[in-house]
Formats: sequence, structure tokens, C-alpha cells
Amino acid sequence: MIKWFRKKKKKVDSKSNKANRGLLIFAHPTTVIAVEELLRDEGYEIRVVSPPPSYRTGCDLSVEIPLESEAAIVELLHSVGLSPMDVVPITSEGMEPLQFVRVKDFGRYLMVRAANMKMTVDKETKEIVNISGGGCPDVPFLATSMLGKRLSDAPDPGEVGFSLCAYSLNTAREEIIRLIGD
Amino acid sequence: MLLLAGSVPVDKMNLQIGPIDFSPEGIEVDGSKLPINRGNEAMMTAACQVCELLGLERPIGLIAGDIGKRAGSEAIYHYLMENLPSMDVDVMTLHYVMPDLKLNKKVLESIKKMVRRPILIADAGSMYVAKAGGDASFYDVFTPDIGELAFLADEKADHPAFTRGAIFHMEDDVTELIRRAYSTGNAPSTLFVKGRVDYICHNGEIVEAIEEPAIETMEPVGGTGDLITGMISGLIYAGRDPVDACIIAGRANRRAGQLSNPTPATQIAEIIKFIPEALSEVLETSG
Repeated sequence: MIKWFRKKKKKVDSKSNKANRGLLIFAHPTTVIAVEELLRDEGYEIRVVSPPPSYRTGCDLSVEIPLESEAAIVELLHSVGLSPMDVVPITSEGMEPLQFVRVKDFGRYLMVRAANMKMTVDKETKEIVNISGGGCPDVPFLATSMLGKRLSDAPDPGEVGFSLCAYSLNTAREEIIRLIGD
Repeated sequence: MLLLAGSVPVDKMNLQIGPIDFSPEGIEVDGSKLPINRGNEAMMTAACQVCELLGLERPIGLIAGDIGKRAGSEAIYHYLMENLPSMDVDVMTLHYVMPDLKLNKKVLESIKKMVRRPILIADAGSMYVAKAGGDASFYDVFTPDIGELAFLADEKADHPAFTRGAIFHMEDDVTELIRRAYSTGNAPSTLFVKGRVDYICHNGEIVEAIEEPAIETMEPVGGTGDLITGMISGLIYAGRDPVDACIIAGRANRRAGQLSNPTPATQIAEIIKFIPEALSEVLETSG
């Protein structure tokens, strides 16, 4: 059985005038996961988007912030060791990473796909039994690190991964935990 | 020469190049032993199995350790940039690497300097960077799954994670996604779309759809797509044209899955061992 889900949308100030918004640039897409969580917890209205063309390598994410909060945000990030590589003005609309997931029920097993990444777990034991898809080099590494572990014990792909594939794998993992717990 | 290039999940492992040895436990390149895993190890094993079965020279492996920190991938890009013009490569498969638009374009420039341009196959990160750079038509074969096909069909996406929701939702209309990928110039001449039905396409047309045997439990198994890419590489090296190679590889992959009787928890090593038997059967019936 295949079902479509739309992940719960977080509060986003998407209609802000882009002249009042800036972009935080980071070395790795997965750093953005920690930054996103921290800044949302602090109440900032942010968006996770693709960086401007001059910063693109083919596997990157950046964080759109209100420019009036730039100094406070940069200081906060610096204090927790998450300093951005750069802060730049917005020159074009960035694309947001896909938040849709697809769920397939195999009876004892549940598979969730986010973008190009699939994670499959044993619903009874909560053990991660397979990771499939993806194309960035940390995917086989993440698979080796996570397979055979319970969801609650496996390393967080947002912490040990580096790529957009790891970001998508984290999206799949969060959806599985939302559906069956960890 | 069949050159197979890509990163392996070992932190700080230096670049290695040499003929690939393989066994049921894993592969070995220039003294570096690597256990069977999804990704390059699975792809390289399947290519080696084809070459052994058909009596061909062993493929050459070009590997470097990379767990996402980029250094290993950059070593591979630089090796290719500097050495390809003097190498005699018939078929080259580029697989797991960290996408880097600038370095990949430099690799393509090096390929243009080769006396004889090899047949180019790309999957995984190498396919992502080729498409994101607008260079898909420079290649001969891509092997996307359904999610990656949606990425190819979205002319604005730099990576599958940026595929727009409206296109992600078109996945039940594979034909339309294939049409979009070709019409936007984001597909090479031959496309193998891996899914519940495997579609083999050439110059925008679906030339074969493989549905049987249907092994639904193969979908969660990490590495099954890598086996297809490896088999296609070996078969093209053996002289098959890309479309024939895709058809044979698609059928053999399904047959190997059937022989392994997988569950969603099956690991790729359990399927790899059936590739020679499955491939022999398919080659016997396809001529």
C-alpha cells in the first residue's frame, strides 16, 4: 500500500520581501539541519533553500534569514560552533528541499522514501534493516553505521552525514519515527 | 579498458587504481580490500562477474575513501582530469562521488582531449553532477530510479533533494517524466529507469519495459541499482550496444532477485551471489 504524506509545515515567513532577507552559507548541507533546528527553536522565521549559483557545487543548502537579525544570528551560531562560511544578500529565489515522503507498507517492514533516499525498518523491533538510493559518498557510510541498529540507537544522519542525500535520509527517518516511534 | 570510478566509505583512504579482484567477501583494488556494500563495491562486483563470465579482462577500479568530506571525491576528479587523455579507455562508469560542478566539467574537458572517446555511463552522484551541470547529453547511459528520474525531469533542480513537489508527485506517470527528461536535455541517449517496471529508453522513446519477474521486496534492498549499473558496464565492454546491455542487465537483476527470495531486510551480498547464474540464463535465452 502506498500513501502520500505532506510533512507538517513549519512556520515560514515565505512572503517576506527578499530585499530584507539574507542567506547563511555553510560548508556542508547537514550543518544546516542543526542550524535550522536551533534558529526555529529561538523563534526566527527562516527557510532552508539552495544557495545562489556562485556558491553551488551540486550538493549544498543555505539558510534564509531576516537581515535585521543577522548580527544576533551569526553571534548565536558562532557561540555554538556553527558559524557560517559567509552571509550574502538574496539575489534570486532559492529552491526549498523536498519535504514530501512516500510510505510503503511491507507488513512487518515499513519503507519511507524522501526524494532519492529510502529507509526500511522492522516495525516490531524498530531496527533499521535497509537503506537504499542516494548518490553522495556518505550514503554507503551511513548505511554501514545505521543498519542493524534500533532507530533510537542509530546515529543521526544529520549529525554524521554531510550531503543532501543525508538530509533526505534524515527526512525519511523523522517520518518513520513520527509513524511508529523509535 | 573498462574503467570503474567512484568513492568508497573509508575515511581518508588514499586514491587507488588497478585491476579489480573480487570474491564473495568483497573487492580488492591495489591492495585495498573492501567488503561488499551498496555503492561502488556492488557495482564493481557485478561488472567483474560479467567480465569473468564472458572471458574479458578484469575491469580497472579507480577508488578513493570518502565519507562525505569531499577529499576522496576530489582526488578522483583530479586523477581523471590529469590522466584520461593518456589512458586507453573503452568504457568508463562514474558512480558514487560528491557532486562538484566545476571539477566534473574539467573531467569532461579531459575526455574531449582523448584520442578515442569512451562510452560514458553515470549513476548516483556522478549522474547528479552531470545533470546539474547541463551535461547529460555528453553521456551515453544514465541509470536513475524513479526518484532520480523526477530529478532529471525537473530542469530547475540541482540535486534530487530539490526536485519540486509537483514533479515528485508525477512519479505514477513515468512516461511523462521520461518525456520531460529528454525534452529538457537532461537525459543521455540511453536511459535505464529502475522501478516496479524497468523502462529502457533510447533517444526519447521507451524501447523496452521489463515487469517480470516482479520481486516487490527488492525495492528496499540497498545496492540492487548498483548491480544493474555494473552489469550494463560489463556488457557494453563486451560489445553489446547500450540498449541491449540494459535489457539483459534488467532481466538478470530481476532473476537474481527471484533466486535470492529476498525480504525487505535482505542485504545486497545475498543477491550478488546469484548474478552469474541469472546472467547465464538471460544470455542463453536472449542470444
